[in-house]
Amino acid sequence: MAELDTSGGGKKKGGKVRSKKQSTRVDLTAMVDLAFLLVTFFMLTTTLSKAKAMDLAMPDKNEEQPQDQEPIAASRTVTVLLGKDNKLEWFVGVPTEPKSAPTVDNYGKDGIRKVLIEKGAEIKRTTGKDMFVIIKPSDKSIYKNMIDMIDELNITNNKLYAIVDITPVEIDLLKREKIY
Amino acid sequence: MPRVKIPRKSTSIDMTAMCDVAFLLLTFFILTAKPKVEDPVPVDTPGSASQVLLPESDIATLTIGGKGKVFFGVEGFEVRKQLLQRMGDKYKIAFTPKEIERFAVMPSIGVPISLAKQYINLDGDQRKEYKAPGIPTDSVSNELFNWIKEARIVNRNISGKELRITIKGDSKEEYPTIQRIIAILQKQEVNKFSLITSLRGK
Repeated sequence: MAELDTSGGGKKKGGKVRSKKQSTRVDLTAMVDLAFLLVTFFMLTTTLSKAKAMDLAMPDKNEEQPQDQEPIAASRTVTVLLGKDNKLEWFVGVPTEPKSAPTVDNYGKDGIRKVLIEKGAEIKRTTGKDMFVIIKPSDKSIYKNMIDMIDELNITNNKLYAIVDITPVEIDLLKREKIY
Repeated sequence: MPRVKIPRKSTSIDMTAMCDVAFLLLTFFILTAKPKVEDPVPVDTPGSASQVLLPESDIATLTIGGKGKVFFGVEGFEVRKQLLQRMGDKYKIAFTPKEIERFAVMPSIGVPISLAKQYINLDGDQRKEYKAPGIPTDSVSNELFNWIKEARIVNRNISGKELRITIKGDSKEEYPTIQRIIAILQKQEVNKFSLITSLRGK
């Protein structure tokens, strides 16, 4: 292939007829090309198909001894209600008398993440303890909403959160905002 | 003055060593590559910024998709064999050794236990065509509960490690389905599990 004839084309001397010696070398360039193509293919496919996992720990139901559960001050809990159409509603405190008015927000960088960072800092400043986030997905929310919410908490480095079943009072809040 | 003769050199390079290296790498990647397991239902996993990789062994996967259908799969041939035997004992279904062998190479199951025998005996092509209804998750038959419970017992007996439950859910799956499955897990005190997500930037 990419080889120049360097034999120089010397004069043939007369005399004995010799059988021409054939070279035993095989051109491997094409084979190497193919091999590297396959290597690249396998490298890319094996690393890309690896699934990522997100660990989730649910609160222990502890049906026998419910009194073991420790109450958390309402002033440092942020409740996030997940509604339909990728909307959520959040408030501080308890639903019957929230410390801040329930607000409808979006997922993502400019939505709940800002709230989490701001409220987290504010609660840390006023109470000296970390914020506790309660996620309450409603029946109208989808799996992606839950994952997005947990993901935001991981991004903002909030270790204290729990997924809890929604209560009728909170469903009414969602209904009022027309996201249920 | 004699002309200086420049010796003409061959332009060919010895490719043998390069070829060796290339094939060595190729062999390595082929052997380490795991064939992609096809999902029983199309599942579009939601994205997250989580970087944690899944372990290779001691895991069971609950695939949730297609309007609330649940499929159950567990890693390891030996685990699957013993799991089917135990499930057969529990529901009074006698599986033949051949059926157990066939079940050992199936990545997941998604039919009620009463249809399991029929499902296992399907050919590869037929199985692809078959519309699996998913494992019942209601509390009356408790089938999913038993699959998970038996798989945990079998895995603990074989490898001595706790089985890790992972949930692979479709983004559009409604929350009540997920809630029901988490409740089933919590009923047997599995409070820690992993959610499979695909990678996404922050």
